Order: sequence, then structure tokens, then C-alpha cells
Amino acid sequence: MNSIVEFLKRREVLLGIVVLCMIAIIGSINPNFLQIRNLISVYNDTSILIILALGQMLVILTRCIDLSVAANLALTGMVVGLLNAAFPGFPVEGLIVLAVLMGACLGAINGAFVWLLGVPAIVVTLGTMSIYRGSIFLLSGGDWVNAHQMSPAFLAIPRQLFLGVPVLSWMSLIVIALMVYITRFRPFGRQFFAAGGNPRAAFYTGINVGFVQFRAFVISGALAGLCGYLWVSRYAVAYTEVANGFELQVVAACVIGGISIMGGVGTVAGAFLGALFLGIISNSLSIIGVSQFWQMAISGAVIIIAVIANSRSEKKPGRIILREAVAADAIDESARGDTRPATGQ
Amino acid sequence: MEQSAKLPIPNTLSTPLKSLLVRWETFLLAVFAAVFIAFSVTSPYFLNVWNLSDATFNFTERALIALPMAMLIICREIDLSVASIIALASVAMGYVAQTGADVPLIVLTGITVGLLCGLFNGFVVTTFGIPSIVVTIGTMSLFRGITQGLMGNQVLRDYPFEFAFFGQGYVYWVFSFQFVLFLSCALLFYILLHRTNFGRRTYAIGNNPTAAEFSGIKVRRHKMILFAMVGVMAGVASVLLTSRLGSTRPAIAFGWELSIVTMVVLGGVNILGGSGTIPGVVIAAFLMGVVTFGLGLMNIPGIVMNIIIGLMLITVISIPVIMRRIQQHRSRHL
Amino acid sequence: MESTSPLFALRNVTKVFPGVRALDDVRLELYPGQVTALVGENGAGKSTLVKTMTGIYQPESGEIWYDGQQVTIRNPEDARQMGITAIHQETVLFDDMTVAENIFAGSYLTRGRFGNLDWKAMNRRAQEILHDIEAPLSPTAMLSGLSIGQKHMVAIARALSVDARVVILDEPTAALSHHEIHELYELVRRLKARGTAIMFITHKFDEIFAIADRYTVFRDGAFVGDGRIEDVTEPELVEMMVARSLNETYPKVEAPLGEEVFRAEGFSHPTEFADISFAVRKGEILGFYGLVGAGRTEIMRALIGLSEQARGEIYIEGQRVSVRSPADAVQAGLVYVPEERQQQGVMLDMPIYQNISLPQLHRTSRAGFLSTRNELAVARQYGERLNVKTSSWSELVNNLSGGNQQKVVIAKWLATHPRVIIMDEPTKGIDIGSKAAVHAFMSELVQQGLAVIMVSSELPEIMGMADRMIVMNEGRQVREFTRDEATAEAIVSAATGVRA
Repeated sequence: MNSIVEFLKRREVLLGIVVLCMIAIIGSINPNFLQIRNLISVYNDTSILIILALGQMLVILTRCIDLSVAANLALTGMVVGLLNAAFPGFPVEGLIVLAVLMGACLGAINGAFVWLLGVPAIVVTLGTMSIYRGSIFLLSGGDWVNAHQMSPAFLAIPRQLFLGVPVLSWMSLIVIALMVYITRFRPFGRQFFAAGGNPRAAFYTGINVGFVQFRAFVISGALAGLCGYLWVSRYAVAYTEVANGFELQVVAACVIGGISIMGGVGTVAGAFLGALFLGIISNSLSIIGVSQFWQMAISGAVIIIAVIANSRSEKKPGRIILREAVAADAIDESARGDTRPATGQ
Repeated sequence: MEQSAKLPIPNTLSTPLKSLLVRWETFLLAVFAAVFIAFSVTSPYFLNVWNLSDATFNFTERALIALPMAMLIICREIDLSVASIIALASVAMGYVAQTGADVPLIVLTGITVGLLCGLFNGFVVTTFGIPSIVVTIGTMSLFRGITQGLMGNQVLRDYPFEFAFFGQGYVYWVFSFQFVLFLSCALLFYILLHRTNFGRRTYAIGNNPTAAEFSGIKVRRHKMILFAMVGVMAGVASVLLTSRLGSTRPAIAFGWELSIVTMVVLGGVNILGGSGTIPGVVIAAFLMGVVTFGLGLMNIPGIVMNIIIGLMLITVISIPVIMRRIQQHRSRHL
Repeated sequence: MESTSPLFALRNVTKVFPGVRALDDVRLELYPGQVTALVGENGAGKSTLVKTMTGIYQPESGEIWYDGQQVTIRNPEDARQMGITAIHQETVLFDDMTVAENIFAGSYLTRGRFGNLDWKAMNRRAQEILHDIEAPLSPTAMLSGLSIGQKHMVAIARALSVDARVVILDEPTAALSHHEIHELYELVRRLKARGTAIMFITHKFDEIFAIADRYTVFRDGAFVGDGRIEDVTEPELVEMMVARSLNETYPKVEAPLGEEVFRAEGFSHPTEFADISFAVRKGEILGFYGLVGAGRTEIMRALIGLSEQARGEIYIEGQRVSVRSPADAVQAGLVYVPEERQQQGVMLDMPIYQNISLPQLHRTSRAGFLSTRNELAVARQYGERLNVKTSSWSELVNNLSGGNQQKVVIAKWLATHPRVIIMDEPTKGIDIGSKAAVHAFMSELVQQGLAVIMVSSELPEIMGMADRMIVMNEGRQVREFTRDEATAEAIVSAATGVRA
């Protein structure tokens, strides 16, 4: 009984229930929404946001923030778009690898400033955001790369169906699986949590906090690079303003998903559900007859409600000094300790 | 004991702090002068008072918000929702104008909406103790979202003729209303931050919020006031921008929040709070304005300026860190 | 039992901080299978010693010997590799991780070719270790839900997980209940049986005689003496610990006691303290003595309106006043010189004069506008009264020594013309010269009719300065002494809960 309550209290579970309720309500208003094809398409539309949110999650876990993801995405997208237009014969797989590497390098620039110079991440990424965005213009001269300039293979990959699901969606699923693996089963994955949760304790256990932050930026950048290709290919166009302002949606997805901006707290499931939540809102409003234009207001309200709800649970109690209080606490704890299930990590 | 004990402590202020801060502003000023001269040499159209006057329009609205934003950041908070406040205030003005209201009422509406938005931000931040960056990312979506929800694809343009004065009118010769307003506000905020108790408390909170609270400063109320001020100035900027454009669209002022923060940080305000000056921010605003204008004359599009501003931002932040590293390195080896 | 050679030793180690010699040519020896109690007052250099042993600080000079070899401990990782583990006063653990992960963080158990984390093994192993130390904790419980005592258990389990050969327990019992303390003793005995060298830092004498085999005494950063516990008595230890400081003449001046100026009635908090009532008279120094974690600072914070959950009434000169924030307290003439000077007392990156004038701005300014001249006058007046050593009043506080920073904080509060001044550990971590200045100043204050409430963990300071002292234990007022009644033994036993 107790364990069920504990389980339900978990942020991700709560958010999952909210998402399911939302799907149910939308479905009851317009059953078409629940058609498998539509659900797949909603998920597909959200895939890029999910991938970026997972990268951002790692960065936020280490008490940083990456505002340059959208610019990184647009820049790598433009680069692969231009390359594809210039060398249509070059294998697309190579371009994807290139996009990931380039994104990682752009992320590494952010990370290096944070790690080696200790510059606040918000400032560095604000700066690189401008620089990356401006560089797109320098590269393209302000021109668009349009669908007819891209090779068929370049455009086809994200759209290909595998088991009835587009490759774009599969990519996000793979990234989710990878992230779960990293954060659960790799020592270096746990370091993101340690470095952000308690930097001093992390230092005492021999973790180089700055280097962990650097790695978070590199991963976030690599995923942004991947999304650069995916975005340009999916929308079949590359131009300077691609994904303008998208970085804030990515951060919003993390915040809704319960990734604490103070670092150290968050899960893959949370970031995933946060992104999905925003994706469903943006894809379903027209279906239930609400003007598409209310989408942003709804996600804004949700972010605020989510952070207020989270702040309530994070309030610190006083110290426990009085003997009665110590005793009461011990009884309370042992009761809780006994009933808590020994579920494996 | 220490030898300094024997010397009387001078009753004047030879502030090493001040000279250090001044150094940043002088540097900015020097850069400004260099850029200014470079453009005057390269472009024959640059040194024309009317052109220069036109050039001020591209930064005064943002700079107006940068003034209270500087104080907010010094106080260890930030407001990323300012551009959305502009949008919401603009819509409110548009609707009020549709009813045939006169100019004072329209302006009052814009400023009031700004104030309310600022108060809302301040309320959520101070009541629940949530980092303002998170709260204002939320309200950024919320305010902009309400704008979009209300307007859809509409464009509001029923502003009375006289309303155009704020964004397009001139007070005297080449001095536009906007520009004069900005200069007056800059002076006001200079006095507020550097010459009043309120300003001193802003620094104190930014320096050490706990010690400030222990010293009897009402930290929450103080932050609330700052958020309200940012809101009001966003409302004022909304009046100017709406008047200048003569219309309201949902995407009005999109992305401005980050360029305003850039302006503030470039002006020497520490993003972690505790230090920064109004003159620095004002010079940074002029610098950004002149660079945009000059590049425009040379047919270099504004987006390229983003690169330069981004580079400046990062350099500005990194230099003191690198200098400190070198100093420490030296002192360790002495 | 007796080992011939120490497992771990420090020889002639010196560590200097700006203005303070935190460790001055000290030595220390830890033997395998024995508990060495490190005894000393606050500021004796114990924390610095721990940090030097665990690689957080690098000593300026001296040798560290471990297992018969001279070693350098460059960082915490080095210390961990060598098997030197410290369990700190405030546990440095990860609140948002499970018990098992806290135990293994940094040296995770892995399995398979790819080195994946093996949670099952970690949970199992954690369960074993916890079972070993009889800690009734689930390996999968989140740390944030545990009490301080339980967190200590986790920290100890962590130490055991890496086969620690040297375990440092830094005041581990400060926040533990009696039951938990006994469990801890059991644990220490088991560690001894394994041949671990243990350093036990404590203020409590009953603990030293209950658990230690050897003792080492530090005073003001210097080594005073060591030996076997059988060869020493409690009074002798107290003597060594405080000897010179007790002889140190405190500039106590008898001030005429006036009428009551401050009274606190019925202050209680759900978990921190209960039934606190006391009064102070003009010209009186009231001392609050107690061990670290006895709830003294928490009470003071409540008095100045910083504790939302605390309830109680405050009377200033017989008048009931409502204090809901420090601003109210300042208004009522009640000011607080906090314990954590740098975190709570000063604005490090602001000039001295601005620090001093801060609570005073409404008086130095004209219609809300700053008057630098008035500020400077105030800063000068009070800064000079406290003999702040600086070349300019516009010097940043950051550039002053700890003692001078403390003087700035006191000057700041005096400038507000308070009636009651609370000083929380007023001489913690400052050099002897500044200490004497602060004490002299306290005497001057009460002569002028102020009331002083002084919180201190330093026995000589309390006995030297206070007219009356209240002893706290576990959040309660346990005894009150007048200056004449007080003896070191009586105060210490009251504070440690020993029934006299």
C-alpha cells in the first residue's frame, strides 16, 4: 500500500499519468487522435524535441544550461545541407556522422569555456548562440537550401518506415535507450548526477566537476548536430532562422519533466515525458477545436505550474536537535525503511 | 602589529574598486570610439546627423529595458520574459485602441500590463523561491502565448495618428522622443543605482543575499520592486515599439530578451550578480547600436553583427577570469 | 594491543592561511587497531588537520608518513586510494542518490566486459555492509529521507566499502541521539578489531574515556601533548586543552547591572529547541554554552525573526515587540553578529565603509539619496573604535584578515545603536590579537549599558567573559550558572548531558 503511494508520488509517474489523461481527454473529444497513425505522427513530430531535451538534461544535471542548442542545430543543418547540395554523391551516412561530430565540436567549445575558464554557462551559450546563428548566414550568404537542391537519399532517411514507424522516431527511441543506458549503467553517466547534486562531495570522491560539465556539453552538442541533419531533412529546407527560439522549448521540456535547474535531479523518463507533453499540446489543439495559437500559452502555464509544484516538495525542514524529534524521526524512518520495497535500481 | 596601524587611515575614498570598474567602461568607450572612427572613414554616409539619429532607433527600446534588467541581474535575478511582456502590452494597447480610446489611455494600458506582468514574475519568484530563470522562461511562453492566442493571425493597426509620436516623433532637431526618453531614463537609473539607498541595497543583495537579509534588508520586497520595474520599462518599450511600427503582430520583439541580456553583460554587469554599472550598460547599448548601423551602411546584414556581439560577450567574460588566473599563477610562484 | 609503529604519522606539519597559522609544526601518530582521540577547542586546528590528511589542503612544510613510507596526498582521490577516509561533521554525501550509490560513488561495482554498473551487486554488498554495522537502512532508500544520524551510518558504510585503513571521525556524535551514539561505539569497536587506525575528534570527555586508546591534544594550531588514555585523567586533559587560554587574562570588567533590557519567553521550535526563556540586563554579558549542534545558533536565528516555524515572545525593556524579520529586530534594537562571518556577515566584494553603513542607510542618507560623507563618517567612527586595520575605508572587505572582517561586522551593528547585541562565536577562527580586541570591546560595550548575548563553544571564553551562562543540551536549557558558581567541569558535564 505504502509502496504504491510512494510510486505514485514520483514525479515521472505523475507526469506520465498527466500525459495519459491528456491523451484520453483529447481522444474522447476527437477519437481520430487515437488512431495509431496519428499517434505515430505526433510522436514523430516530437522526436527532435525529445532528442534535444535529453542532451539538455545532462547539461542541466551538472548545474549548467545550454542555450546554443538550436543555433548549433541550425548551423550543422546548414552545413550538411550545403554539402549535400554541392556533393550529391557523398553518402548520407557520412553526412550524419559529420553532423554529429560537428555538433560535438560546437558543444565542446561551450564546454571548454565552462570547464577551463569557469565562465557561467548561461553567458557562454548566449554568446555562442549568437555566433553560431550568425555563422549560418556567413556560410549561406542568406540563401536557402531548398528541397530540389537536396539528394533524394538525403531527404529519404528520416521518412523511411521501419515496422511502420519512421526512422526519425526510431532515432529518438535509440537516443532514449542510449541515455537510459548511460545514466543507469555507466559510471560516467552517474557522474553527471554527482557533479550537479553536490559538487563538493563529488570533488571529495575524486570527480573533476568541470570535466563532467564539459562532457555534458559535448553530448548535448552532438545530439544537436544529429538533430541538425534530421530537421533539415525532415522539413526539406535549410535557412538562417531554422529552429529560432527552439532552445527555450528544449529547456521548458526539461523543466516540465522535473529536471531541477539547481542540478543533480532528473531522469530520462522525466525529460522524455516533458518533451512529449509539449509535443502533444502542439499537435492536438487543432484536433480538439482549440485554436493552434493557444499552444504556447498552455505550455507556459504548464511550466509555471510544474516548477511551483516541484518547489513545494523541495522545501527544507529544520534541523533535528530535540531528543523527541530525533526519536520521532527514527521511528518514522525505520517504519518507512521497513516497508520500502527493495526494488533493484 | 601591522604597520598600517601607525598611519592614519585617510578620510577619503581612493577606491581601487571604482578605478577597476571605470577601467571596463573606459575600455568599452575606447572600443566605441574606434568603431565610430572606423565607420566614419569607411562610409561617407556614416557621419550624417540624421543617419546617426535614425541609428538610435535600433537600440533605444532594448536599452530602456536593459537599464532595470542590469539592476535585476546585479541583484542575482533575471527576467527572460521581457520580450513577451512587450508583446502582451502591445496587444492590450491594440485592443484598447480599437475601441477608439485616446492616446493617454493607450499608453497607460501598455505600462499597466507591463507592471502586472512584472509583478507576476516577482510574485512567483519570491513566494516560491524558484530560480527566476526558470520562472521567466515559463512566463515568456505564457505571455507570448496569450498574445498569440488572443490575436491568431490578426494584425492590430487601429492606432490614432497622435500615437505615432512616441516611436516616430522628434523632440528637438535630430533628437527623437525615444532617444531623449532613453537618455533621461539612463540618468534616472544611474541615480537610482549609484546614488540612492535602494541602489546600494541592490548591490548588497547581489553580493551576499544572506548577509543582506541579516542586515535587515527586506530582500523579497526589494526583488519584487525590481521585477515590477523591469515590467514597467518593458511596457514603456512596448509603447515606443508599437508606435514606431504602427501595428501589433504576435511576433513583435521576438528574441529580444537575449539581446537585452547580452547588452547588460557586455556592459560589465556580472551575470552572477553583485557588480555592474549603468554607464557601462549605456555605453554597451551605444556600441551595439553603432556596430549594427555601421555594418548596415556597409551592406553587411544585422545577423553578422550577432557573431561580433557573441564574440564580444564571451571575450568580455573571459578576460577577467584569465587575468585572475595569471595573477594567481604569478603570486603562487613568488 | 600495543603496536610498535604507527600506521599513519604527521611530522612537523605546518599549514598557513592568510593571517593565521592553522597548523603550526604539529605531529600526530595513529596506530592500527587503536582509537586516537584528537582533543582541542574550536580553532585548535582540528578541521585543518582533517583536510590535510584527506588531501584537500596541502601543507606548507612537514612530512606525512603512511605505512612506513613518506607520502604526498595530492587530492581526495589520492587519500581514498590509500585507504584514508574521513567522516565529516556535515556529511558530504549525495542527497538525491540511494544509500547504496552513496556507499559506492566513485568506485562503483561493475560487471561484464563493458564495465556496466552492477546495481544488484552494489545493493547486495551495501546490504551486507549495513548489516555488518547493524544499520537498519534499505540500500535503495533515498538519502534525502534519512536523519543526520542515519547519514553518518551511510558515511561509515562508505568508509568500510573501500577497506579503509585510516578512518577519521570528525565529531560524529554531535547530532546523534543516545541510542545512535551507542551504535556508533559498537561500530568503532568492530573497526578496531579489523586493525583500522581510527582518529576520533570530539569535545565530549565521557566519549574520550569510553572509546579512545590514545589521545592527542592540539591548542591554537599547535601540538600540546599525546599519550595513552590510561595515563591521563579528565582534569589533566582539560588542563592541556585550555591551559594557556584559561590563564590568558580576559579583559573582563565588572559593569554595573542595570534593569532588564531583553527578555525571551517560551521560544520553541518543532524540531530544533523547546522552552527557551531568559532575560538579559543592561551591562550584562549572558553566555550560551553548548556543544556544536545543541541548538544555540538556531535559537539566535529565531530571536531575530529568521525562523518561520519558531514561536515565542520577545520583550524589549518590558515592551512586547513583534520580530518577524531581521529588519524588525534591528528596529527593536536587537542585532546579531552571525557565526558564519563570510556567508552571513559581510559583503566581501564591497568596501568597508559600505558594509558598515548598510543597516544604517536610512540615517546616513538624505531623502533616500546616499551621502558618502555621512557613510564615511559612520564607518570611520566605528571602524576606529574597533581598531580595524586597513589602509583605506574603501578597501574591499575581502582583502582584510578574518579578525578585521569580524571587527567590520561588529562595527556595522554598533553603528545602529543597538540595545542588545547577540554575538555568535565572536572569535571563531580569528587570530589571538583580534580575539583580544573583540573581548576588550565587549567589556567596553557593557560598560556603556548595552546587553550582550554571547554564544560560544570555547569554555575559557564563556568563563572569562560571561556574567551569567546558560548551558544548552539537545535543544534545551539544562543549567544556568553565575560567574562565581561556574567551573569547567560542571559546565562541560551539563553540556554533555552527564547527570551531576
